[in-house]
Amino acid sequence: MADEEKHKTDESRRQFLKNSGYFAGGLVGGGILGSVIGWQVDEDTQNQTQGEQTDQGNQGGPNFNRALKFFKNQEEFQRLSAATERIFPEDDNGPGAIKLGVPYFIDHELAGEYGNNDRLYMNGPFHEGTPYQGFQSRLKRKQIFKEGLRVMEQEAQNSHDDSFVNLDQEQQDEILTKFQNDEVKLRGVKASDFFGMLRESTLAGAFADPLYGGNTNMEGWRMKEFPGSQMSYMDEIGSEEFVEMEPRALYDHLH
Amino acid sequence: MATRLEKTDVVTVGVGWTGGIIAAELTKAGYNVVGLERGEDRSTKDFQMIHDEYRYDIHHDLMQDVSKETITFRNNRDERALPMRRLGSFLPGSGVGGAGVHWNGQTWRFLPYDLQIKSMTDEKYGSGKLGDEYTYQDWGISYEELEPYFYQFELVAGISGEDNPKGAPRSNEYPTPPMKSTPILDKFKNATSNMGLNPIQMPSANLSENYENPDGQTIAQCQYCGFCERFGCEYGAKSSPNVTVIPTAQQTGKFDMKTHSEVVEVIQEGGKATGVRFVDTVSGEEFIQPADVVVLTSYVLNNTRLLLQSNIGQPYNPENGQGVVGKNYCYQILPGAAGFFEDQKFNTYMGAGSLGATVDDYNGDNFDHSDLDFIHGGSISITQTGRRPIGSNLTPSGTPSWGPEFKKQSLNYHNRTLSVVAQGASIPHRENFMDLDPTYKDFYGNSLLRLTYDFTEQDRKLHQHITEVCGEIMKEMGADIIEKNQMDDHYDIVPYQTTHNTGGVIMGADAETSAVNNYLQMWDSESLFVVGASAFVHNGGYNPTGTVGALAYRAAEGIQQYLEQGGGQLVKSKSKSKLT
Repeated sequence: MADEEKHKTDESRRQFLKNSGYFAGGLVGGGILGSVIGWQVDEDTQNQTQGEQTDQGNQGGPNFNRALKFFKNQEEFQRLSAATERIFPEDDNGPGAIKLGVPYFIDHELAGEYGNNDRLYMNGPFHEGTPYQGFQSRLKRKQIFKEGLRVMEQEAQNSHDDSFVNLDQEQQDEILTKFQNDEVKLRGVKASDFFGMLRESTLAGAFADPLYGGNTNMEGWRMKEFPGSQMSYMDEIGSEEFVEMEPRALYDHLH
Repeated sequence: MATRLEKTDVVTVGVGWTGGIIAAELTKAGYNVVGLERGEDRSTKDFQMIHDEYRYDIHHDLMQDVSKETITFRNNRDERALPMRRLGSFLPGSGVGGAGVHWNGQTWRFLPYDLQIKSMTDEKYGSGKLGDEYTYQDWGISYEELEPYFYQFELVAGISGEDNPKGAPRSNEYPTPPMKSTPILDKFKNATSNMGLNPIQMPSANLSENYENPDGQTIAQCQYCGFCERFGCEYGAKSSPNVTVIPTAQQTGKFDMKTHSEVVEVIQEGGKATGVRFVDTVSGEEFIQPADVVVLTSYVLNNTRLLLQSNIGQPYNPENGQGVVGKNYCYQILPGAAGFFEDQKFNTYMGAGSLGATVDDYNGDNFDHSDLDFIHGGSISITQTGRRPIGSNLTPSGTPSWGPEFKKQSLNYHNRTLSVVAQGASIPHRENFMDLDPTYKDFYGNSLLRLTYDFTEQDRKLHQHITEVCGEIMKEMGADIIEKNQMDDHYDIVPYQTTHNTGGVIMGADAETSAVNNYLQMWDSESLFVVGASAFVHNGGYNPTGTVGALAYRAAEGIQQYLEQGGGQLVKSKSKSKLT
């Protein structure tokens, strides 16, 4: 890699981390993916505690779930990550999409039943319907995400002459809003359909049982004060007070 | 070539509530019943991983797989119908128990007014209350005639409830006492009492206590775990066919349930149904199951489609209003109001499918419609069904649907929002109907059902009126921000609304204007019974299952009579059917 290019890449990473709220000093080694998405930041940084939950398995080893089975290049995955973080950003309430593991959740979902439209009716002919007739694309969701992310980058280059991940938050939001309002054109699908899927899968990754790879350490549930999978509320159902309890996941049913 | 199986007395197409009821009653009476179910078998032990919103709610694990079979949809006849490629507006079940596995369990009796809606409306308000384009008519049976069957269903399901001064009159107490009340429900009950209305605890198939039904089946006490709506019950505490009528039928030794068996045709010979043709969806093999009586006990949509596909009964024609199969498709109108509370938090994550409170003061003809230009109304309820974090992101209007403000508001209001919602009646309209799609096919090469449906003026007026009441209740409940439900410009197939689809094979006293008699026996095919909400002439102001259950028990009695007397129409039509 030429020095100039390397510098540019570092800047990109830096900007992305800044936008995502994970810029916390120098990056340690490891793959680009690990350093950017897994925020393997210095030991003494404030994000370490949250990071452990995602990057480490129960025995303190690495979390081998944090690898890709659908996306093939890291730029695409970083773009997806940045977009999900704008939809569900980190704030005073708690972690955003990235810390919750949402990008990995989406990657894994796109590789399986969800991405393959296994439970959608996909026979032709295909026609664009009225807004009341719903999804009519010929594409699988995995193709729609690829197409959407391609156009997202194209928009960033056309509007700001830079990569989507390098744009500031307002610029990223501006582009996502164009998708939401069908102000950009995708091949084979409406931009708003893609945006709808991006939004729905981001929220699913934030709040689905952690068995799917998102909702890291049930932090999504904690933010909503949702206690997950409890067996009975027989004793609490009449309570006048709001009952706070430590959430439980499906893991508890088997272990 | 299809393999011909040994003849049976009765074959049911689908094994959910209606198929299960028919199977239980007929096998107890000594008849052999074959139940053909397109989906897989399942029972309480298959629900151990049920607390999974993503699998069961977002990805519809218990529901119909539309990749193989869906409907096409358009708002009106001028549009091209397109496939419902993804489940949305409603969620038909699949597999043993059908939608009876993932229902909420809100179990009502339709009002006497519902069953005689035309004559009672005409009598009180004159015959021109609604225009001729509204095809509402009497059901061919009175409430007094149907009442014992309602009770039969409630006994089998063990329904937990209390007296309802504005509901359909009852000759018997509910089998089990009402469920526990909660602060959320009490808030609604207090507010509606203050307004002079008559709140009651919602009648529930999530049982308040352990119960043994008259067939000896036991149903456990509900644990209020919050995973009920769209889920199966891991305790066997929600009445479903799987814990009641199906085991009852199986224990007789006379019920042969075949799963993965998709019926593709009702065979009609000499003006009578003589069996069905079905495909084993695992092996791909075709079979013919001959039977003395064929009973369609699938969902509304497939009951209608199988008749059209098999050329039985006269298809409805919206041009001239002639024909009956596919006629009077109705849905449910959903007036309501949401309330956002700044200083109060509620345990919304706890609950049960039919943990709720209801007022019926604005249902049916319980309020005077003399100065109103619509008929009927709806039951108004608050429910605490277990709010789920993926699907529920409630924010006051004006909040963006994503980003920092969305996150902040949706987290803040998740446990600070309550909704009052009505099950509004849906009155049939000449242009709302079902037929076969000319273009799109299912996995087996058969035409999809085509739904043509939009909201009517009657629907909008009912919605507006009842929504105002819901808003008043929410105000009395003390919400800081109140947002009243808006009706979209057109019916939208995308967002979930309700799985209360009705009509298509409607009952009545006259073969000219209905498809089945009051035993749900086809006028045009005496050995064919079509059971379910497909028989509803309109949809009332309640969840439909209680009335579906009652009609299924009525049909079971009719089938037994038919078999005992060796055939014939059980009811004489007011006028002769064109086809017979």
